Amino acid sequence: MRTFPGGVHPFEGKSYTEKKKIEKLPRPKQVTIPLQQHIGAPTKPLVEKGQEVKAGEKLAEAEGYVSVPVHASVSGKVKALEDIDHPVAGRGPAVIIEAGETEEWIETIKIDEKYQDLSSDEMRKRIQDAGLAGLGGATFPTHVKLKPPEDKKIDVALLNGVECEPYLTADHRLMLEYPADIIRGFRIIMKILGVKRGIIGIEKNKKDAAEVMKKQIAGEGDMEVMVLPVKYPQGAEKQLIKAALDREVPSGGLPMDIGAVVQNVGTAKAIYDAVSSCRPLTERVVTVTGPGIKEPKNLLIPIGTHYQDIIDFCGGLTEKAAKIIMGGPMMGIAQPNLKVPVIKGTSGILVLEGKQAHLPFEEPCINCGRCVEVCPSHLLPTTLQRLVYHERFEEAGKLHLMDCIECGSCSYICPANRYLVQSIRHGKRQLLRLRKKAG
Amino acid sequence: MNVQIISSLITLGGLGLLFGAVLAYASKIFHVEKDPRIEKINEALPQANCGGCGYPGCLNYAEAVVIENAKMTLCAPGGEETVNRIAEILGVEAEAQNPMVAVVRCQGAHGIAKDKFLYEGIEDCNAENLLLGGHKACEYGCLGHGSCVKACPFDAMAMLDNGLPTVFEDKCTACGICVETCPKGIMQLLPRSQKVFLGCVNKNSGKVVREVCSVGCIGCGLCAKPNITPSEKIIMSDNLPLVPEDWEDFNMAVKRCPTKSFVVRIPSEEEEPAEEVAKEESV
Repeated sequence: MRTFPGGVHPFEGKSYTEKKKIEKLPRPKQVTIPLQQHIGAPTKPLVEKGQEVKAGEKLAEAEGYVSVPVHASVSGKVKALEDIDHPVAGRGPAVIIEAGETEEWIETIKIDEKYQDLSSDEMRKRIQDAGLAGLGGATFPTHVKLKPPEDKKIDVALLNGVECEPYLTADHRLMLEYPADIIRGFRIIMKILGVKRGIIGIEKNKKDAAEVMKKQIAGEGDMEVMVLPVKYPQGAEKQLIKAALDREVPSGGLPMDIGAVVQNVGTAKAIYDAVSSCRPLTERVVTVTGPGIKEPKNLLIPIGTHYQDIIDFCGGLTEKAAKIIMGGPMMGIAQPNLKVPVIKGTSGILVLEGKQAHLPFEEPCINCGRCVEVCPSHLLPTTLQRLVYHERFEEAGKLHLMDCIECGSCSYICPANRYLVQSIRHGKRQLLRLRKKAG
Repeated sequence: MNVQIISSLITLGGLGLLFGAVLAYASKIFHVEKDPRIEKINEALPQANCGGCGYPGCLNYAEAVVIENAKMTLCAPGGEETVNRIAEILGVEAEAQNPMVAVVRCQGAHGIAKDKFLYEGIEDCNAENLLLGGHKACEYGCLGHGSCVKACPFDAMAMLDNGLPTVFEDKCTACGICVETCPKGIMQLLPRSQKVFLGCVNKNSGKVVREVCSVGCIGCGLCAKPNITPSEKIIMSDNLPLVPEDWEDFNMAVKRCPTKSFVVRIPSEEEEPAEEVAKEESV
């Protein structure tokens, strides 16, 4: 079977939730909706304190092309506009909405039977207006990814149902429960890009999802399901392209440089909702899981819901619960409290117990080279770390420091517990700072 | 025997003469006109190669002064003496220089400023800052890994036991490398003549600051009131008072500041009169 070079096999942990149907979280009493939930330009708030808003109403407008608006996920009254604990940025501005008695939605959401006749530009406009950013976790504005520059010829679209991050099952459940919407969304992606070939990548540990998707695309000659072996980080777009197409994204390049565009299955469903009925992105599927949670679940959660409400709905934390992570164990970010909200990029809430929660102490490198073996970007993590520790960022840059995808395979495999991915991440930011300073 | 020695002497000596002649000729042909002042200025510079002037090293700065007309006051380590020497070499009037010093604008030591999580990872402020802005509950607060201390090329800084860095003012040359290194913008260069500065950079509202730190400026604006600062030199901006270089009547403000956020570098000589004013005030 096809795959990419390198990678690791961490404990999968998917059994907690892979058999559990997506449940709808009861409407929260209060939501905190951060104004910045995507990568790119910030948004400009449109609402004021005390204002009544309907669910689906625009709370903040995109400022610039690489930006998407933010919408209210519940109807109610704007309680405040203030800085809150942001799950990714640390601090950031947000709109806090007190939910009203009844749920009132904006009137513009209605099914458009003729959505297939829309032009690519009209479709992209609907996608941007709906506030779509990559739901796999990277949250890059979707409409930008769907408009490659004229000189880049795209010949294949990939649908990412790999979900290689341990513990997470949100995409798995989506594929089982909403296959029709996902495929319709994928059809829209292919139409916008004007490609004649679509590949759905799914890992072998989700055979049931692969079967469902295969059944769904029966009769659609230009789509195929590709079952890939289980290996982390196969869900990273460059690795998925290598595995499915055997094409390699050049150093410093993007998938569009080699004629491919990758979208996550969750994003595909949201694209369908946005284009077919102008439905803004106000909720997403989140896997709430881990040994530290009493009843792990897959939940459909309004954006802005506080972790506390979600964890309460899942029976609460166990006594030994020690660490709460947004995302999965490999690339997720540990959270400081339970007041933080779910944002567009929250694919999971993982609660770890006791010893799992701690980072072991860093010991001297024994030069075993395992990090080099597993690095999916063909880098030398241990050399890069040494250069970063000595602040020789430019030299590290020459060794392709910037090509690191921060998957954490090197840190995972290291027998000396070196903080490899952290130092490379730090080095990347410092190098960018230096380059910016130099102009 | 003798013949061998003499012949080798002649051969080698001849070769030496020949190469010498070639080199002498080449140096005439390929002669590069270089301003002698560059070398002189380079000699006058302290040779710390700290980069504080904005050029990679002392020689580059010397070249910049002569060729690009760079300012002669950029060398902080050299101080006034160097400026005078450069002016002498260039044959111009010495530009006035305002000597500066680095200060630490955070007083949120261990136990005073609250933490929001336990950090495990690389001991480096810039690395930690990437993770939700670091473990301090105050998003503006010192992270305490001493990246500024490690970066200081003059050994003019050290970490204290309370988790904050300190500057040895006699060693500080105001090169500004600590200012550039700190991800939180806590290090700042001040004129050496400035007597007092605000030991906090948190721009949040008072309520938010109080929750995270007991010495953080809450932006109450008391110090800006005319009865506290008669000279009215304090202006509030972004929930923080802007402390001017020449603030003299600060005793009352420092004393009355509810969070004790001011740091006095040089105590005022007019301690007593200020006390009296305070008493009159309370009557």
